[in-house]
Amino acid sequence: MLIVKNIEKNYEGHPLLRKVSFQVGEDETVCLLGPSGSGKSTLLRIIAGLEDAEGGQVLWNGEDISRTPAHQREFGLMFQDYALFPHRNVAENIAFGLRMQNQPKDKIQERVKTALETINMPGFANRKVTELSGGEQQRVALARALAPEPRLLMLDEPLGALDRTLREQLSRELRRILRETEVPAIYVTHDQEEAYAIADRLLLLHDGVILQSGKPHEFYHHPRNVWVAEFFGLGNLVRGIVTDQSPLKVETPLGFVLASCDSGTLKKGQTTTLLFRPTQACQNAGDCSNRITGEVFDQVFQGENYRVTIKINEEVPLFNVLLPEPVQIGEEITVGYKPGDVLCLENGKD
Amino acid sequence: MDRSLDGDHSGLSALNSHLRSWFKNPTWRAVFFWSLPAAFLGYFFYQPLLALFNLLVSPEWDFNLATLNWGKLWDPLWFTIAQASLSTLLTLIIGLPGAWLFARFTFPGKKVLKLLTTLPFILPTVVVAAGFNALLGPRGWVNLGLMALFNLNSPPVQFLNTFGAILTAHVFYNTTIIIRVVSNAWSGQNIRLQHAAKVLGASPWRTFREVTLPLLRPSILAATLLVFLFNFTSFGVVLMLGGPRFATLEVEIYIQALHLLNLPLASVLSILQLICTLIITVGHNRLSGQRELAVIPRSRKIGVRKPKRGLERFVVILLIITLFTLLISPLAALAMRSFVKLEPNRGERGDIQRGLTLQYYRELGINRRGSLFYVPPINAAWNSFLFAMITILITVSLGILVAYALQQKTPLNNFLDPLVMLPLGASAITLGLGFIIVFNQPPFSNLEFPILLPIAHSLVALPFVVRTLGPALQSVPSSLRNAASVLGAPPLRVWREVDLPLLAPSILVSTIFAMTISLGEFGASTFLSRPEYPTLPIAIYRYISQPGALNYGQALAMSTLLMLVCAGGILLIERLQLPGKDLF
Repeated sequence: MLIVKNIEKNYEGHPLLRKVSFQVGEDETVCLLGPSGSGKSTLLRIIAGLEDAEGGQVLWNGEDISRTPAHQREFGLMFQDYALFPHRNVAENIAFGLRMQNQPKDKIQERVKTALETINMPGFANRKVTELSGGEQQRVALARALAPEPRLLMLDEPLGALDRTLREQLSRELRRILRETEVPAIYVTHDQEEAYAIADRLLLLHDGVILQSGKPHEFYHHPRNVWVAEFFGLGNLVRGIVTDQSPLKVETPLGFVLASCDSGTLKKGQTTTLLFRPTQACQNAGDCSNRITGEVFDQVFQGENYRVTIKINEEVPLFNVLLPEPVQIGEEITVGYKPGDVLCLENGKD
Repeated sequence: MDRSLDGDHSGLSALNSHLRSWFKNPTWRAVFFWSLPAAFLGYFFYQPLLALFNLLVSPEWDFNLATLNWGKLWDPLWFTIAQASLSTLLTLIIGLPGAWLFARFTFPGKKVLKLLTTLPFILPTVVVAAGFNALLGPRGWVNLGLMALFNLNSPPVQFLNTFGAILTAHVFYNTTIIIRVVSNAWSGQNIRLQHAAKVLGASPWRTFREVTLPLLRPSILAATLLVFLFNFTSFGVVLMLGGPRFATLEVEIYIQALHLLNLPLASVLSILQLICTLIITVGHNRLSGQRELAVIPRSRKIGVRKPKRGLERFVVILLIITLFTLLISPLAALAMRSFVKLEPNRGERGDIQRGLTLQYYRELGINRRGSLFYVPPINAAWNSFLFAMITILITVSLGILVAYALQQKTPLNNFLDPLVMLPLGASAITLGLGFIIVFNQPPFSNLEFPILLPIAHSLVALPFVVRTLGPALQSVPSSLRNAASVLGAPPLRVWREVDLPLLAPSILVSTIFAMTISLGEFGASTFLSRPEYPTLPIAIYRYISQPGALNYGQALAMSTLLMLVCAGGILLIERLQLPGKDLF
């Protein structure tokens, strides 16, 4: 089990990681999610031993390995640019880690063969890595990282350089391989869809700390604050002031809104931000107690339904809802929300 | 027992981890990598350089700046500047149209011509001098042909020992620098800029003047300065083709030091020379920096076309013929002349056997004079080979260390980087002079220590090797090293598995550079080579100035062999497409 404890790191004089702590259990795939520049890759490099932290510890099964050099940690790392050795062919790349372990030749051959089968590239052993497509390089890099059977696998934005269709296909394949090998893994990405697809658990890194951690659905249903909701693109965010506690009533530029709150600690007069999910707009506005009226600004057909953008007034940004039936641009419409579907959030520090 | 062993162990591992953390600091790493090259440069380059200055204040020589005959400084300086300027101007007149030809047109034979333009970069001066001698000298093709045609008794074309000979050889050497630097920048220009100018209503001439030329200007200036620098420091060409009437600073230093034994005057001249070359080098480096900003590489195919019929086609054909003639004729004349017997050997009388012969090559192994100081030419080749091997060993190992040192991100490098490149500006003559002043006592006296010669060669070659290895090392992504490290390779193994194989082609190129520079080096060698250990260029110089067909033929045969080795080297380099392989 990996324990990361109070890791601190400065970058060009500014704190990048500020006492980051988390754990990765046996057989668990953890996604480290965060916007670019949040220090995800640096954290990964510190765990791998490629960079030194300025404070804190990395523990493996209780043993402090902070001073252990990278080549003795027995971790696997798959690089963002794959870092395949251009002077070696596919099989030699995969065999590299096994050779470093001084494995016998026939065993190396056998393991390389299995690895190539795992990534569905059995005929590629003698191909030059410089002649592979992006997706093929990605899979070879994965096979190379897995071949020495690392105690922990780390993947640094492994699908970042690929186009969308390939990403979806490869993320499915990655999930299968991670499940089959049962290796604990840390997967770094800035893409939440990818994180949902791969992860048993998510860690959200922001401002040098783990802002929230939990199962993917927890992030969806209970974002910790406005920043998290924004990062995951959960829906329309409207600021307001609490005017009543039970039932919770908030004064917003949309008017008074009845909402529900995870933590019952909001007091009268406090500011909060309300989350209206586009998918939770009522089918029939009349059934719901919160009503929002505005002019249809734009409409996009999305197959199942229509994404309708409403302009309410100057104080509120454009408001998105998903509706089953088309409307007219310029038409005035009213949408409704049940009090239970409007979530109040902490503002975070901004 | 156990406990004490344990104690030792933890002490060792503490030391180990201490060393490791120390080695992670880029400045300490740089210091580590610098130590050996810096010691080498300090002892063998900066010490002799300082000795030149020291000589002037040393009471031993009774030298006084006030009593100096300034004419002795002014005359060679004036002549050096004049010949360098004129040579540079002539070079530009041929080189700029040549650059236009390469940048804008496709024509049959372009690949061959392009390959030929790489040759002068690496041909030793003695080979080029011998080539022009074989073409235009008194025993060369042109004169022998004219004599046979018109039944003349003496050679009609007076080429050797003229100012024209110096200029011609300089144009041969440097035209390709202009062509390569400027045509690279030209074809790298975004053709859409010109299209934009045309669409906005500019005529082709206006487009050239207002768009193409301003963008090319930094490259043209940089190339011009470089050519000027090479002409300014030219030694072998002036000595061998110009003869006794023409003395550049370099030749004057050589004459003062070795023939007139006036070391203080030679030192003053050397310092003067050093100051001039430093100014030119600094100017060139500043311009080169600009050039990189101005030229963004684009796809090169656009904008290259066949010449149109009419005037354009005529000009293109004329240029192609001129360039081919300039580049090929002296070399072809050299090679062919070395296989043909056209005049009697010394001591032969009456009718002689004219025609094709391998005699000159067969005689390379024979010492006809039986004199201790005239070893057979094959020995000179063997000496040159040995010296080249030592030079390779020194430059490549030091070059690798310097490349790694420069890779470290530390302010130390801002200061040390120019110190490695300085030998590029200091001439080989200055180096040779400094060496004989400093290393005249055991154990480093030249008599007991023939290795001084390859050390001087190494100093000349090191900047080139660093410029080859540095960019190559920089192009190795550090993620590859990280990958090897995470996969379980300890630091030295990472170097062996990642750096070494990826650097291998550049190391090969450096080896070839070091080899050809050492094989062809003439300036420092004239100071340092000992009579019984001549190098090939020294032997060629000796033989070519001797009377008799055999001596002449042997000189040409040696030159031909040297040319083939160097040409083979440059062809190999051209085939290895590498970052930073273009030295200019």
